Amino acid sequence: MSFAVLLTVKVLAVLGLMLGGALVVIYAELKVGAHMQNRIGPYFAGGRFGWAQPFADALKFMQKEDLVPDGADDRVYKLAPYVVLMGTIGVFVVLPLSPRFVARDLDLGAFYALAISSLTTLGVLMAGWSSNNKYSLIGGLRAAAQLIAYELPLVLAVVAVAIQAGTLSISGIIEAQAAPAFSIGELNVALPYILTGQIIGFAIFVVASLAELSRIPFDMPIAESELTMGFVTEYSSIRFAMFFLAEYAGMVSMSALATAFYLGGYQLPGLSATAVEVLGPVIFISKVFLLSFLFIWLRWTLPRFREDQLQSLAWRWLIPAALLNIAITATFKVVF
Amino acid sequence: MSTLDQSGTVHISDASISVELETPGMTLNIGPQHPSTHGVLRLVAQVDGERVSSLEPMIGYMHRGYEKLVEVRNYAQIITLINRIDWTAGYANEVPFVVAVERLTEIEAPDRAQYIRVILTEMTRISAHLLFLSSFPLELGASTPLMYAVRDREYVLELLESVTGGRFHPNFNRVGGVKPVAGGGSTTKKQSQDLPAGFIAATNAMVKRLRGTCVTFDGLVTGNEVFLARTKGVGIITPDHVHQYGISGPNARASGVGFDVRKHEAYLPYDKFDFAIPTETDGDCFSRYAVRLAEIRESLKIIEQAVNDLPGGPLRSKVPRILKVPAGEIYVRGENPKGEMGYYIVSEGGRIPYRVKIRTASYSNLAVLPELMNGALLPDLVAILGSLDFVLGDVDR
Repeated sequence: MSFAVLLTVKVLAVLGLMLGGALVVIYAELKVGAHMQNRIGPYFAGGRFGWAQPFADALKFMQKEDLVPDGADDRVYKLAPYVVLMGTIGVFVVLPLSPRFVARDLDLGAFYALAISSLTTLGVLMAGWSSNNKYSLIGGLRAAAQLIAYELPLVLAVVAVAIQAGTLSISGIIEAQAAPAFSIGELNVALPYILTGQIIGFAIFVVASLAELSRIPFDMPIAESELTMGFVTEYSSIRFAMFFLAEYAGMVSMSALATAFYLGGYQLPGLSATAVEVLGPVIFISKVFLLSFLFIWLRWTLPRFREDQLQSLAWRWLIPAALLNIAITATFKVVF
Repeated sequence: MSTLDQSGTVHISDASISVELETPGMTLNIGPQHPSTHGVLRLVAQVDGERVSSLEPMIGYMHRGYEKLVEVRNYAQIITLINRIDWTAGYANEVPFVVAVERLTEIEAPDRAQYIRVILTEMTRISAHLLFLSSFPLELGASTPLMYAVRDREYVLELLESVTGGRFHPNFNRVGGVKPVAGGGSTTKKQSQDLPAGFIAATNAMVKRLRGTCVTFDGLVTGNEVFLARTKGVGIITPDHVHQYGISGPNARASGVGFDVRKHEAYLPYDKFDFAIPTETDGDCFSRYAVRLAEIRESLKIIEQAVNDLPGGPLRSKVPRILKVPAGEIYVRGENPKGEMGYYIVSEGGRIPYRVKIRTASYSNLAVLPELMNGALLPDLVAILGSLDFVLGDVDR
């Protein structure tokens, strides 16, 4: 296959994965949230179970007027949603759905994924700053403060994983989790990292990624009851839809990273290598949706933290815990 | 201070580094159209980053001139009008006014009517407090309690509707008693004037169901760590504040001031029922939440007792066809869900009052807001607003 064809296929696969994943999670949010609240949720769109609701929403957004507020910084305002979406799509490039199904397996995959996903916050800050709206500005600055506080525990949690796996490649980390943890007679049992020492790391990663995604209980940059809609207050039409899509695609990508780092990625204990080749994507996606469900569950249960409480949670609890986690992991790695 | 010496090197003394950069404050106009100002309250806040340095509530966007309007209406028409003052508690608004007119005219409502007034007032209280239980967590970011509270509020409203024909604005009181029941047919037939069939059984079922709702809220909200972190120690109203600003109702009782008109003034036969006045001592947002949740439980107790020993007899005493109130003045207050609501009626004799001064709870309760703001953060502002539980119609009248 020529390079151009391969590139096209890869671009389409990455986009398809992102869009498909995000649409499913959006639908799940509508439906799961509804049932948690004694509601039915979307019902009519598409004829059955309201499955077409996310598509209908997207279509509706496209028809709306694309409004740029008076006095807004025009270029920055228009660019911001693309930056946010870019940062989210970027992560999907390095996600391995099976040993061979990966768009680009970088040696520094974990590093790249965390770096590019931080780009979203830059977009959020741009949106908040350029909207010429005080609520947007406060929202944007909250997002920036949140980034600084939560990028650290997120990265530190992954450092421990990298130490245990001995690699920064995402495929490498998943493969390392296929190594037998212990054996019963002839039978080698491979366990994901969440069961072999990274349980604290997993908890830190999930909490930090909730903050990174600005989802309840850490949705202060949006904080509907305080800042109307935070940094998206002024956005309408397709640009709003991009923020919306980026939020849910971000949920998929963060769940996917957590799956790869802690839940064994496409591996399932007891499955042979050939079975993994075939079933890998199914296993991987199932785990991603399981984690996304956890995020949805939290959103419909908890109230919102305050910005200063979030900061103190990050600096006083998560970062020390993450550092301790690294020290313990490193000690075990050297001693055993 | 930075100085430039001859070689062109900049020397910065230590003193200039320690000087803080001065950042100008920002004026943030919250409302009148804002998700958490409960309607059309406008707040002009000076913010320093997240910190609210000063706050000025601007009211009057909802002013409808009730005190003037009632001067050109007769007493029966006024009952319809004052329903709309605090629209979350339409029925409770009527009662002190009707009691005031009854005292002026020296007409006494029969026991059965008095009991029905108690039952419906307490139902109104429950429905208003359930509205609080839905909106307060929502302002803190939790959207699910809203659905549970509103779902169960429907059981209360259905009962109110079955008796009065109205869910929000019952207009059910008459001077000297209560109206015949909704759909009860001709007023001349004695048996058709009573409560709807199956009302007592349905009320007992509702009481049971709402006790369950309180337990649900204990699980979903009261013990929630995030909820506690957001409400404990936030927006403390001291007993001094209560006395200075005339705060009443659950807001005062959350600060340890155990005053309740129901216990202190017999505007309705509350002395016949066994119930407690829940108080908390902290005066923070959590106490105000806890007091309201406890009040729902107490109101359920009152309803249960009132329904089960409902006396028989007529619904309304004999009242002249054209009601003329003798000259005189009177102030009667009642315990509304939001606090003390009172009517000061001045009559010069005749069919319409000369002047009615309406004392509403939300107005005084909201006035304390700037006091609670020193050093509070923007998210605290929303929590405090929600916990004060005011209605703009009640503030502006």
